[in-house]
Amino acid sequence: MSRVKLLSLQILVGVVLLAIWWIGSNVKIFGVLLLPPFFFSTPGDVFARVVRMFATGLIWKHLWVTLIETALAFAIGAIGGIVFGFWFARKPTVAAVFDPYLKMINALPRVVLAPIFMLWLGLGIWSKVALGVTLVFFIVFFNVYQGVKEVSPVVLANARLMGLNERQLFRHVYWPSALSWMFSSLHTSVGFALVGAVVGEYLGSSAGLGYLIHQAEGVFDIAGVFAGMFVLAAFVLVIDWGVTRIEDRLLVWRPGNSLNDG
Amino acid sequence: MDSLGAPPAPRDGATSAIRLDAVRIAFRLEGGGTYDAVAETSLEVAENEFVAIVGPTGCGKSTLLNAVAGLLKPVAGNVTVLGRPLAGLSREAGYLFQQDAVMPWKTALDNVALGLEVAGRPRAEALDAARGWLGKVGLARFTDRYPHQLSGGQRKRVGLAQVLIRHPKILLMDEPFGPLDAQTRQIMGNLLLDLWAADRKAVLFVTHDLEEAIALSDRVLIMSAGPNARIIGDHRIDLARPRDAADIRLDPRFHELHRAIWGQLKAEVIKTYGEADA
Repeated sequence: MSRVKLLSLQILVGVVLLAIWWIGSNVKIFGVLLLPPFFFSTPGDVFARVVRMFATGLIWKHLWVTLIETALAFAIGAIGGIVFGFWFARKPTVAAVFDPYLKMINALPRVVLAPIFMLWLGLGIWSKVALGVTLVFFIVFFNVYQGVKEVSPVVLANARLMGLNERQLFRHVYWPSALSWMFSSLHTSVGFALVGAVVGEYLGSSAGLGYLIHQAEGVFDIAGVFAGMFVLAAFVLVIDWGVTRIEDRLLVWRPGNSLNDG
Repeated sequence: MDSLGAPPAPRDGATSAIRLDAVRIAFRLEGGGTYDAVAETSLEVAENEFVAIVGPTGCGKSTLLNAVAGLLKPVAGNVTVLGRPLAGLSREAGYLFQQDAVMPWKTALDNVALGLEVAGRPRAEALDAARGWLGKVGLARFTDRYPHQLSGGQRKRVGLAQVLIRHPKILLMDEPFGPLDAQTRQIMGNLLLDLWAADRKAVLFVTHDLEEAIALSDRVLIMSAGPNARIIGDHRIDLARPRDAADIRLDPRFHELHRAIWGQLKAEVIKTYGEADA
């Protein structure tokens, strides 16, 4: 399918969905609105609300807070995951001892930890960061662990015979392999960092997109809820685009990731 | 054919590059017990000598080679490289693997330069040398490619440059051209012969392809089917050098040698299949 055709079909889907929403909330069919504005708002109201959020500059503060929480959650979770992933992969005894506990913590739905983090860390950004970290850590940890374990034995033997010592093996073999696994899960882990931040804000905070949505919900301001959701979705798309750019740069050596594949 | 069992005497005064004395290799099996891969084996590769080991699939040729590289330790016997007993990984050996052993996350240039870099040479110098070696293996225009952007034969060339740039004193090759198609194998064979002719390192070349072995080497050793594989034949290849790995196959002497060695090898190959069927 050509680019133009694909793009026009994608736009068409959006237009149709918006049209259904607009008709449902504006046009009475047999005397009833299928999508009553009290529950569904209207496209016009939501659009006006989004415009106002940006025009008054109110949204920037909240976007900034959510972005900072997401970035911190990702950075801390990723560093922890890398350190522990390497440690466990290189020391099988340690991995065996901690295995049941890791599985236990990972099996826990993270939302139940949110109130505890709030109790420990307060209503500021750190309780949200902590929630994001618990999500990001495990994704990065398991990928780095796998990346170190899955290094091809032939590549490893070759590197050893080339005279690489342990430190050089780490730098030239284990690290790039682990990193490639980590980056292949970058979309998921960044996404989870954001989920941690927004859910944390939703459950109790004084700023951020989650807070904004929660506030609007509290006063049955459906247009505000939808506006917050649309801004959040757009925010995710922008972050995802950035991640894709980083990924393309760092994983050029991977089959299927470069344009001059041959 | 030389007498077997005792290590063949070195040729008139030449020192041996690789020497195996009564080496026995066994593996512990997971369910308990051991698998005796290689029975007591002695062999010797003189300096400047190109020796090929041929045998049926799975006979333990690669195992023997890994013992020379120090990648695995024999349960008995001694491995001597350039007069010194082998302890740990061999620092003198360059090893070309059957599978792709280049690092997928490094460009051809970085892969080749790595061996010098880790030895402490400045990066600029290592990169210059790597460019030179990639030129020698015919990849001057592909220095910035990643392995997945190269063909199987090109990846082998990178591997060859990666091994040779370190100027190893002995070369160990484990069916290096095995995964390549017939034409590429012959081209790679000629490339190897050209590069080898420059300084004639001692080579131990493992292959299951008898024609390749005769075309390239000075001596062909035949290994019996495993377990308890042994060297059962030692044939000198008196074809003149320099050779062309493809044209030499039309030489009448090549056919004589091939017929003589194949008679012995065939029996072993049939033995392997017989056991597989049983």
